[in-house]
Amino acid sequence: MMKFIKRFYLGLILAFLYIPIVVLIVQSFNAGKSRAKWEGFSFRWYGELFHDPNIMNALVITLAIALLAAIFSTIIGTLAAIGIHAMKKRPQHLMLTLNNIPMTMPDIVTGISLMLLFIFTQVERGFVTMLLAHITFDVPYVILSVMPKLKQMNKHSYEAALDLGATPVYALTHVILPEVMPGVITGAMLAFTLSLDDFTISYFTTNPLVQNLSTLIYSQARKGIKPTMNALSALMFVALLALLLVVNKRSAKEEA
Amino acid sequence: MTNFKVPVWGYWLMGIGLAAFIGLLIAYIRKNRGFRRPIFASPYVLWIIVFTVIPCLLVAYFSFTDPQGNFTLDNFKTFWDSNYATRQSLGPDALKMYEDMGLSLEDLGLGRSSININTLVFSLWMAFLCTAICLLLGYPAAHIMADREFRLGPTLVILFVVPMWMNFLLRTIALMSLMEDSGLINSILEWVGIGRQKLLNNTAAVQVGMIYNFLPFMVFPIYNVLNKMDYKLSEAAMDLGCDKWHVFYKVTLPLSVPGVVSGITMVFMPAVTTFYISRLLGGGKIQLFGDLIESKFLSTSLNEWNVGSALSLIMMILILLSLGLLNKVDPEGEGGGMV
Repeated sequence: MMKFIKRFYLGLILAFLYIPIVVLIVQSFNAGKSRAKWEGFSFRWYGELFHDPNIMNALVITLAIALLAAIFSTIIGTLAAIGIHAMKKRPQHLMLTLNNIPMTMPDIVTGISLMLLFIFTQVERGFVTMLLAHITFDVPYVILSVMPKLKQMNKHSYEAALDLGATPVYALTHVILPEVMPGVITGAMLAFTLSLDDFTISYFTTNPLVQNLSTLIYSQARKGIKPTMNALSALMFVALLALLLVVNKRSAKEEA
Repeated sequence: MTNFKVPVWGYWLMGIGLAAFIGLLIAYIRKNRGFRRPIFASPYVLWIIVFTVIPCLLVAYFSFTDPQGNFTLDNFKTFWDSNYATRQSLGPDALKMYEDMGLSLEDLGLGRSSININTLVFSLWMAFLCTAICLLLGYPAAHIMADREFRLGPTLVILFVVPMWMNFLLRTIALMSLMEDSGLINSILEWVGIGRQKLLNNTAAVQVGMIYNFLPFMVFPIYNVLNKMDYKLSEAAMDLGCDKWHVFYKVTLPLSVPGVVSGITMVFMPAVTTFYISRLLGGGKIQLFGDLIESKFLSTSLNEWNVGSALSLIMMILILLSLGLLNKVDPEGEGGGMV
């Protein structure tokens, strides 16, 4: 009996977490506009989605930002992880603390502080500023993905390579990188996902003309939800879910 | 904010900072007679300074200055009394004139107003409530999943982890569409015979949205700690004659404190700072501290931006305080909120 109550309780909590998402996805296939009445299965809203220039534009911006942010943050983050790993205790601790700031600060504060930076330096907010902001919040996660791989590595192989006459860059690309590659790839995927997923920081670091999907959805949802928004949200849910499951599986494997 | 001018010292500081960074880098390379691995971190060091440290300092700078860049405490006075700036801009002469005419400041709506403080207090209360409910709902869930006899546990945890990373905005919208006047819940209520209810645009809706968004952040750290806990301890307690409840509150509960603390921080912080949950589910009628800050920065008036910075600074300090508190209780970071 106790066992049943426990499972039932867990089921209730999971239902609370997942029913809204499932309903939203089901509704996106509803032929009619109604949210309550099922009028048949159709791809109507998905079709309209792909003919809406605003949404298509936002999709391109979102993907471009996510891709570029993932590339840049992976390069900066991997190098940083290698550097931090080799540091002495004190600077290492300082760097790891600084690295934690963007992850612990609430998004709204990160967003606003970056916005103030762009205003102070008189950089027009738009695509570039949003990209810079995304790189900023992506790098710490890349570092966290690469770090465990570095710790597993043989400490002396880098020095051995140098002793055998390798240049630091050669040792980096031929000794360290191949060993930490799985962590780098996980970090890149995580950065891509987080960037695709971000709303708050993008909201504060762009202008109303350069929108990504999240900020577009927000500005539309304030006026009420249209069925095309359901379709768009459903697509994003599925894409994010797939990415997250892959990333999770990879990082679980690396830590083991 | 289009007519904002960078102060002269701003340019100087940027130049000096860059020069200092390059100088330090060269000094480091010379001192170590060659290229050492820590050099690889230098691009990120520069990045952190420009995009994390300086922005934080700028929040402080803007909160202690007026639009002309002069030092002032007015922004914090406005936090204390939201009509302060309006009275200031009217000037003492105008206020005296009103008084001579027999109009009190209160009649004019210019008296002391603690809207900002009330919003902060309301936000803290909502976040507190959300944290408490998440703890009450989440602890049992984590406990059930961490049970060694429950084989599905580790699989089900993933269902709690995934929403932690998933766009909060999208999840809030999913909830909003479910709770709308013509949404599914209302249709069911009507079908059952209760009739349609106004589910959105009230405090309860915002609270439900917050719990919905942040519950996984409570469950996961508690699960983590309970799962790593040495089950032999509770078995030993059983062998020594403890009953189930005693084992729980003498052994399991004290050992799970790091997870609980981590969960509390991870729920409380985003709950205090959220703004879109209250905007979407509260229909703009419920204002949280995050909404207040956002509204300041949506304004075109320069002064409002300074006030917004002051409010952000207050929020940052609150968060630093709670993080410091967390470090005291859980110095090893055992709760480990990250995946």
